[in-house]
Parts: sequence; structure tokens; C-alpha cells
Amino acid sequence: METSDLMLDGNALAGPLAEIFVGEVTMARATCASCGAVREVGSLAVYVAAPGTVARCPDCDAVLLRVVRAERRIWFELRGVASLELARDD
Amino acid sequence: VAGTAVLGRLRAPLAWRLAELVAHVPETHVVKTLVLDVPDWPGHAAGQHVDVRLTAEDGYQAQRSYSIASPPTSERLELTVERLDDGEVSPFLTDVLEPGERFELRGPVGGYFVWDPASSGPLHLVGGGSGIVPLMAMLRQRAAAGAGPPATLLYSARSYEDIIYREELERLAAEEGPEVRYTLTRSRPEGWTGYDRRVDGAMLADVFGTPPPGATAFVCGPTSFVEAAADGLVGLGYEPGRVRTERFGPTGT
Repeated sequence: METSDLMLDGNALAGPLAEIFVGEVTMARATCASCGAVREVGSLAVYVAAPGTVARCPDCDAVLLRVVRAERRIWFELRGVASLELARDD
Repeated sequence: VAGTAVLGRLRAPLAWRLAELVAHVPETHVVKTLVLDVPDWPGHAAGQHVDVRLTAEDGYQAQRSYSIASPPTSERLELTVERLDDGEVSPFLTDVLEPGERFELRGPVGGYFVWDPASSGPLHLVGGGSGIVPLMAMLRQRAAAGAGPPATLLYSARSYEDIIYREELERLAAEEGPEVRYTLTRSRPEGWTGYDRRVDGAMLADVFGTPPPGATAFVCGPTSFVEAAADGLVGLGYEPGRVRTERFGPTGT
């Protein structure tokens, strides 16, 4: 897979996803709907140079999620994620 | 379990706060530390970052992420920022902003690239350029605790003058025992005895050897640097899950 300095990682999702999730989502484990790889969100390949933020599977390059922010709105697409496992406090 | 404390602290809604610049501390010719007063700062963990948002008079907004440099024990929040000449945010933070002036900030955020100080395993740090910043928060926290696991830092900079926190790193190495190794990729002072090339597998093997049980590696820098260093560490025998990475680039969200 090509490496570009335009590629960041899931740490860059911490702020944007904190507008959606209550907890810290970079520690959540995402299962890729395409290849089944299970990865912590913080380790996903993330591209922020597009109009939105795109996270891809580091193993198969499939798009896992997209976040697009505009004035007073946020779009959140999770099409490529089969499941998301988050820690919870009891 | 490692993220539990962080999760607990992040339960409050993530609000934009006004941070006030207390002082600028020059680190290199293009890097400054911003010492900030942030009312009601909820505390943070070493390795976390904040989002900074600037709003122009016409409503245009630019947002960037910056790693926190200060340890959780610090009274003031500190960010260390490299000025990018064509940047929208960093030149304002390093050159325009004056003490007493304020800007918007939210955080702390991030849990993946966070050191758990309760873990007793060796701490192996690899930083490229301003990728040293979150690693410094970890070394400062380790030093503040007075005792910590063995720590080793491999720090890649362009030149001797580009080494951020150089005096503090040398003092920490003498007093608190982290082993600090440098590699200078573009120019070296006369008589330089450290490494003089980009980080590679042979250098990582020389500095870190075979990973001891329980060791965790944190790698932070530009994407190509992080890819090379992380691949090299996995090649030494690290489990991929024990190599935590944070890549930064020229663009923000």
C-alpha cells in the first residue's frame, strides 16, 4: 500500500468523533466489513485532505467511515464497519 | 483497562474553552512552547492532544490538532508548536498571539496514543521532529513520579539546532535515567558521535534490541517516519499491538 504524508491515523478522529460519541472512541475496536480485520480506531488510516475525513482499513484499504462537517451539521457514515466494540463503565 | 481512567475523565461534554497565552518559550528557530492558562481544565493523560480553532472576522474557521507537551501534574497546559510557513494556524500561535490574548481550544482528546503510568513495562519512544512532543509529556510524567519503568528515547531531528527540549532531555537523562539517543538526518556538528541517518531497522536494533517482556513502544512523527519506525520495531519482534503510533501531517480538519 502506498504511503503518503497525507495519510494520518485514527488519532485524528478523536476530536471529530467526540462530537458524536460520549466516550473516547479511538480505543474502540472496529471490525472491517470487507476483510474482517479488527483494529482499534486509533490505528486506522485516516485522510483529512478531502472535504470530509475518511478512515480506511490499514489491511485491505476499504473505506470504513466518513465524517463530514458543515455549518451546524455533521454527517457520519459507517458503511464499512461491521461492528464497533466500545468499553463501558458499570 | 489501560484506557479506563481516560474514559472516565472524558465523560464531560467536549466544549470549546478559551485558553489564554501566559508566555511563549522558544525551543528552536521554528518551534515555540505556548504556556497556557485554561480555566476549568479537566486534566489530561500523557499522549493526548487538543483541537485548536481560529475564527476570522468573516466567520472562516481553521482547526488543527496539537499534542500536549506538559505532564498531567503540570499547573499550566503547554503546547509545543512548529511554525509551518504556509500554515493557517501555526504562524498565528507562534508569532502573532501575544501574552494575555486568548483563543479557542477543546480537549483533551485521544486514548489510543496514551501512556498508562501504572504499567511497569519498559517504555520505548521513537520521535521524529516535533513528534517528540507527546513523548516528552510521557518522559515528564515519568520524571515527576520519581520512579518509573526503564525508558529509552530515539529522537530523529534534522540538525543539532532542531532538537526540541535538548537541555531538558540531557538533564532528564542525567537525573532520571531515560536513555536518550539522537540521529541527525541533514547536518551534524563537528565531532558528532550520534547517528547520522534516517531511522532504520539496524538503528532500532542497536538502540532497543529484542523487545523485553511488557515493553510498549510509542512512535510519533510524520507519516513516512512512523511507517519506517513501526515496521522496524515489528521486525525486531514487537507485537504490532504494542507499537502505538501517531502520525501528523501538514493538514488539519
